[in-house]
Amino acid sequence: MSNFDQSKIRNFCIVAHIDHGKSTLADRIIEKTGLLTEREMQEQVLDNMDIERERGITIKAQTVRTVYKANDGEEYIFNLIDTPGHVDFNYEVSRSLAACDGAILVVDAAQGIEAQTLANVYLALDHNLDVFPVINKIDLPSAEPQRVIDEIEDVIGLEAQDAPLISAKNGIGIEDVLEQIVHKIPAPVGDVDAPLKALIFDSLYDSYRGVIIFCRLMDGCVKKGTTIKMMATGAVCDVVEVGTFGAGSFMPCDELKAGMVGYITASIKNVKDTAVGDTVTDANNPCAEALPGYKEVKSMVYCGMYPADSAKYEDLKDALEKLQLNDASLYFEPETSIALGFGFRCGFLGLLHLEIIQERLEREYNLDLVTTAPGVIYRVYKTNGDMIELTNPSNLPDPSEIEHMEEPIVTAEIMVTTEYLGAIMQLCQERRGKHLGMDYMEETRVLLKYEIPLNEIIYDFFDALKSRSRGYASFDYELKGYEKSELVKLDILINKEEVDALSFIVHKESAYERGRRMCERLKEEIPRHMFEVPIQAAIGGKVIARETVKAVRKDVLAKCYGGDISRKKKLLEKQKEGKKRMRQIGNVEIPQKAFMSVLKLDED
Amino acid sequence: MNRRKLAIYVHIPFCVKKCLYCDFLSAKGTAAEKQEYVDALIKEIEYYGLDDSDLNSQYEVATVFFGGGTPSILEAAQIGRILEAIRNRFNMVSCDVPVDKQGVNNTDGSGMAAVAEITIECNPGTATKEKLQAWKEMGINRISIGLQSANDDELKHLGRIHNYQEFLDTYNWAREAGFENINIDLMSAIPGQTLESYSQTLEKVIKLKPEHISSYSLIVEEETPFYDIYGEDKESTATVNIKGEVVPQSQMGADMQLWPDLPDEDTEREMYYLTDQLLRGAGYHRYEISNYSMDGYECAHNKSYWDGTEYIGFGLGASSYIKNIRYSNTDDWYKYIGACNNKGNAQNQPYYVGAGDYSEDDDFEEELEASRSLSREEFGQILLAEKYHEAIQLMSVNEQMEEFMYLGLRMMKGISKEEFRSRFHKNIEEVYGTAIDKLRSEGLLDVEADVIRLTAKGIDVSNRVLANFLL
Repeated sequence: MSNFDQSKIRNFCIVAHIDHGKSTLADRIIEKTGLLTEREMQEQVLDNMDIERERGITIKAQTVRTVYKANDGEEYIFNLIDTPGHVDFNYEVSRSLAACDGAILVVDAAQGIEAQTLANVYLALDHNLDVFPVINKIDLPSAEPQRVIDEIEDVIGLEAQDAPLISAKNGIGIEDVLEQIVHKIPAPVGDVDAPLKALIFDSLYDSYRGVIIFCRLMDGCVKKGTTIKMMATGAVCDVVEVGTFGAGSFMPCDELKAGMVGYITASIKNVKDTAVGDTVTDANNPCAEALPGYKEVKSMVYCGMYPADSAKYEDLKDALEKLQLNDASLYFEPETSIALGFGFRCGFLGLLHLEIIQERLEREYNLDLVTTAPGVIYRVYKTNGDMIELTNPSNLPDPSEIEHMEEPIVTAEIMVTTEYLGAIMQLCQERRGKHLGMDYMEETRVLLKYEIPLNEIIYDFFDALKSRSRGYASFDYELKGYEKSELVKLDILINKEEVDALSFIVHKESAYERGRRMCERLKEEIPRHMFEVPIQAAIGGKVIARETVKAVRKDVLAKCYGGDISRKKKLLEKQKEGKKRMRQIGNVEIPQKAFMSVLKLDED
Repeated sequence: MNRRKLAIYVHIPFCVKKCLYCDFLSAKGTAAEKQEYVDALIKEIEYYGLDDSDLNSQYEVATVFFGGGTPSILEAAQIGRILEAIRNRFNMVSCDVPVDKQGVNNTDGSGMAAVAEITIECNPGTATKEKLQAWKEMGINRISIGLQSANDDELKHLGRIHNYQEFLDTYNWAREAGFENINIDLMSAIPGQTLESYSQTLEKVIKLKPEHISSYSLIVEEETPFYDIYGEDKESTATVNIKGEVVPQSQMGADMQLWPDLPDEDTEREMYYLTDQLLRGAGYHRYEISNYSMDGYECAHNKSYWDGTEYIGFGLGASSYIKNIRYSNTDDWYKYIGACNNKGNAQNQPYYVGAGDYSEDDDFEEELEASRSLSREEFGQILLAEKYHEAIQLMSVNEQMEEFMYLGLRMMKGISKEEFRSRFHKNIEEVYGTAIDKLRSEGLLDVEADVIRLTAKGIDVSNRVLANFLL
């Protein structure tokens, strides 16, 4: 980088609604800029975790640096910062955007603008990024590029007439995109001589090098030996290596300068020291103030995670610790349940994040888990003036000590075709949504705005939304704040014994319905015993719903002669073995999966 | 000298046609195959334990049971040869020696001295008048007839080859031949059966006054046609064509009807209670979960399986329990025939013959040595036996205790704490105290002085109760 020239750098990202082709376009850009041979190209180079590839979503931000020789004969350095594509990771998205100077907006030529398109494009505009649109999937039979172009101009107000019409999948129109990157995305501005000021937009834990910080240099420069300081966490360390990103590889270099995107390693042991959004500066020559927008990431959704086999508690602990090295937004602390034994209360950014962690624990660490119903953080104001943030329903104080409670509320934007408008409005209504307004995007599409309690959407709102709109509705939300609410703790009693792991907090109005469904679902899951097993839902000792698991009337082997004896023993052993996979609550045996089946009450 | 009782089971794996619910080892078999089998069987008996010179000083045979399959499918002379081989090889309980000091068994009905109980199972349609007479002459003294139902439609749905009238013929011929100890096998909870039709079957059978009645609740076993029809869910969605093959509903011919549903669980239980009620009223007593008899006519052979009496099973796939070892013969026809025939050629080494591909298993040897102190001879015998038996299991003390409980509790008289102590030199409470207390408090076990037995409720869910006695 001897002839360093800021004007030849383009730092940008791609924003899109899920499935509109963001990752595919990223692949094409990397391919066309020639840094990778075709053989090296794996499908979707940027998504490299297995789960990401399977689910087709990006969880961690990834970055790649490529070199493009433009039509003007100059070589440009492209830093493509891939952003997470899910609402759970909104903060990460915002920090990735902050590291860019511009963004490409990808819109599906058939589907047009969706809820996430809007959310992401506004997020990009909020960060003062220059955004240019790209119309993808123009080779689909149902593609209507002109309609989508008009829609982009009408709804977002972006100039779109000269938007490249492309098919990322089939490599159509990619050159056009590359040229527009050069012309429409501004070069970075930044003072190389000013004190170091770099934004952390992601970090990665590597067992050999420690934490690898992904950052964008706003001002100054950094090289091996620089003593750096994280302005928010206060961590100080000496730089071991700096470099830029190849596709899937790290390329060390001598120095990173203002305007560049790259990585820093400094023998940092914990990702917690390198919080996303924090500012890296030179400890010996610090900048005056940190970059704006940093916030501490807070878990929104909590649940209990227990090893199915209680002997695996330590294994689960190790696994969570390892995952946390790479994922600062994963929170956990030990907890004990009467029903499930020793486990952890874990905090997540959202339900998807929870599912991903759960899947990784099961897949990568080979653990069988029992997960309790996810909940949000409630604020409990006590009569003595104290306020507690409640993450585990079991810790709810006695009602007599509670002055009032508050629950988190989100602002949700739902894009839906008019055909399903009624069904979706009804769903929002059922979930205690407060209608804020609606805008017609075009004749047949509406953007609905609602305020909905977070605890109403963390379970299965997304699934319900999809099923009631035949997949056409899209959805995005952000946390608005806390509001006072009439909340109760719903307890489940099995054979008259309260099962702590099944308790949850619910709005008074939904309690009856939820309790009834829980009982029905548990009835299906709990095997028949030699006695009747009543399943009850109760609020503060008052039973509001009940089901009964009928007693077994018959379990007898009619014949048992000479040749049957070994078989009989196997049968009895199987029966005894089956008991081991059960959790004993009083004298009732509950299968592990009963604890999880209650998570998806809306499934028919 | 006090000799231990021994029960002998002889398996005859032939049937005219396999019933739809049957998972026993049986096949059709040609006349030549039957002859080949009987020859092999006789060799197996003749050369049993030849290296065990003490066999006859230790044991005497109290019962013989020809089971199947359909033993009555064989010629009477073939049965006669088998019986003769048994008499030649083993000591039979004779008139001078009481079988049982408690006098439970008195099978010839004479009220005088006891003789061995010798039973043959037969199915209507194969047991002719002549065969019955011949059996009586050769000393068989108990007949067990498979009737299953007195309702011809129900018989058809079970895939039986006979109707009720054919059963009656067999029964009457047996009486005419002089048999004074007859069992009738019945089934409840069979396709299309109602409480009423089952009650009629019971009434008809009671009128015949057989000495013994077994009534089994149908078990839908895997790998039977019934499993395909009833195994997955309770509703029948398949039927059976004329060849006895299961046909899915979608491929049903116009002339085929859906197989009727099984009675529901509640009806099944009602049938079960009705059995006890009607038979008790008719002078029978129940001595095991599915077995009833008139006084003095309990089946001594079947009781051996539950009270720990040792038994040897001869024939294809037959199971044995002797000297604390449970083992099964191979169920591979060719292996079995080969092993028995080779034995005849090598009289001095009866156990070295047979399937030569059975390699010696070091672990087995170690396990044996570690788990029990055997004399060198006994130990050798087991190892040799392994060469042609499959699934050998040496019973540890814990396993013996488990069996004492879960087999003994099948009998209505229950188990005796004192007997447990004398067998295992431990109080039963030491081993099973917690389980007994728990089951008693749940109303599943009755404990009275020395006796522990299942309650009526305990019988209904006996699998769950008995699972508590596994250590």
